[in-house]
Amino acid sequence: MRKIALALAATAATLIGTAAIAQAADKAKICFIYVGSKTDGGYSEGHDRGRQELEKALGDKIETAYLEKVPEGPDAERAIERMARSGCSLVFTTSFGFMDATIKVAQKFPKVKFEHATGFKSAENVGTYNARFYEGRYIQGVIAAKMSKTGVAGYIASFPIPEVVMGINAFVLGAQSVNPDFKIKVVWANTWADPGKEADAAKALADQGVDILTQHTDTTAPMQVAAERGIHAFGQASDMIAAGPKTQLTAIVDTWGAYYIKRTQALLDGTWKSEQIWDGLKDGILTMAPYTNMPDDVKKLAEETEAKIKSGELHPFTGPVKKQDGSEWLKAGEKSDDGTLLGMNFYVAGVDDKLPQ
Amino acid sequence: MILEAIILTVITAATPLVVAALGELVTERSGVLNLGVEGMMIMGAVGAFAVAQMTGNPYLGLLAGIAVGALFSLLFGFLTLTLVTNQVATGLALTILGLGASGMIGETWVGVPGIKLQAIYIPGLSDIPVIGPILFHQDIVFYLSIALLIGVNWFLFRSRTGLMLRAIGDNHGSAHALGIDVLRVRYLSVMFGGACAGLAGAQLSLVYTPQWVEDMSAGRGWIALALVVFSSWRPWRVLAGGYLFGAVTIGQLHTQALGVNVPSQFLSALPYAATVVVLVLISRNRRTTLINTPASLGKPFVPDR
Repeated sequence: MRKIALALAATAATLIGTAAIAQAADKAKICFIYVGSKTDGGYSEGHDRGRQELEKALGDKIETAYLEKVPEGPDAERAIERMARSGCSLVFTTSFGFMDATIKVAQKFPKVKFEHATGFKSAENVGTYNARFYEGRYIQGVIAAKMSKTGVAGYIASFPIPEVVMGINAFVLGAQSVNPDFKIKVVWANTWADPGKEADAAKALADQGVDILTQHTDTTAPMQVAAERGIHAFGQASDMIAAGPKTQLTAIVDTWGAYYIKRTQALLDGTWKSEQIWDGLKDGILTMAPYTNMPDDVKKLAEETEAKIKSGELHPFTGPVKKQDGSEWLKAGEKSDDGTLLGMNFYVAGVDDKLPQ
Repeated sequence: MILEAIILTVITAATPLVVAALGELVTERSGVLNLGVEGMMIMGAVGAFAVAQMTGNPYLGLLAGIAVGALFSLLFGFLTLTLVTNQVATGLALTILGLGASGMIGETWVGVPGIKLQAIYIPGLSDIPVIGPILFHQDIVFYLSIALLIGVNWFLFRSRTGLMLRAIGDNHGSAHALGIDVLRVRYLSVMFGGACAGLAGAQLSLVYTPQWVEDMSAGRGWIALALVVFSSWRPWRVLAGGYLFGAVTIGQLHTQALGVNVPSQFLSALPYAATVVVLVLISRNRRTTLINTPASLGKPFVPDR
């Protein structure tokens, strides 16, 4: 009698187990790994906004999961492997430092698809994706040159990696397209998110006479300082208008949602393949927050610049452009190739700073 | 006046360090090493921000920050003093717990514009050129930091209770034999340290940068801890160290903005290096340093009867 009961119980358990698996197979599981917290107000929050949009759009066919605050290092590999083991069909690893870990785990799980943000290594089942943030920074440069009375903007930078250097150069080229003598002051905060330090940097720049602030760090502290000092600023990664209703000119907003929906749909259709994607304004992977606190003619110029970039008529890195040391980089009409941009380790002429090596 | 602007920025940057360090100094003088300053500070920051948002009053926020810091340190006190756990490990755990818990508590406050604790305008005094804005047009935390400095200095070296506290820190066995209630004094000094760290945290989320961001203390608790050791447990040197650190931090940002050709990584490391070097130099007299080091620091104490 007991044996029969046990056998029945075992059968029941197997059935339930199968049912659970069957249900999971109905819905594809899409997973995300964030380097920061999903409410960091900046980069990781941008990715999580994308995940939520994905869930809203395809929620009847998929489910999502995420791990936040995963440090870039040996821990990343374990986190990614955990995701792969838990039945994820597609894993988005959203920070540059997850690159090698993603490749390693992908080799162990050939059936799982991976997409790594901002990196340059790919494989059969690992694609890469990134956004052309420099397009937004070029527009900001145009606005800054129009709006600044002092002709000097302040730039709070994080770390001297190509992504950040590219942003500085694009900003300067945008500004110079309006005012060839425009200058920027660069301060390296050596952090992605430390509100105190970012505020200190913003105050130092304001005290030295800049009247436009732009930042490549994540918190709204510089925006707050700009609001206090009555100068203008640009938001970063998220719309920061709440921190400076009379201060923010526009912001580069990371909008990964459309991309996540597109790729997940491809997975569901069975058309997903490993690609190296570097999308821009025209693809909606980044968007500009509303142009505010500026006269109509500046707003019009900004919108025109945005339209030209979207249509492909304007490439921010088009010659003639000289490097900081005076040597020629791009001949008149020549456009930079993506490889040079992704490895950018030099300033263009007009940047009043020495690039940390 | 660029110098005036720089000094104002330095004061804001140095105040949380000085406040947290003065609290930890009292804790350590009683012989307890609490490595949880960073955790208590961030709990104070989130508590202050949340209460300021809920009540609309930054002063209530400030009080909440102090209370949260003190309550949080009580957890450390219970573990290390009553249950006699290892102080180093418990302090580290307190920091990790504080960083995690504050992130969870603060989730709804991310991206919400903060309420700034405004500077107090004193008619007449605030209008004096240069020194007016620097000394007489500050927020309340700055005045509290100065009051704390004078108070702690007086308490430790001029009052009977302060003498008792130092005696416990130097030799808890003897103090106990003299009939002093070692655990009671230590509990109170741990809570004082927690309250100060909480106040420093409140300054971060109400004055320095009126907003809540996860991990916004960004290592300031550790700097405060280091200031206590390098100042060889003397209040005035804590003040000097804190302001020196702030001055070099702000100075290097200005140097960068001026476009001076010095590697920014070097400049970023400079505040730490300069503060350590200067404080080690002024504390190089081995005898006075030995006298000022609490001899029972970090050692467990179990009353035998």
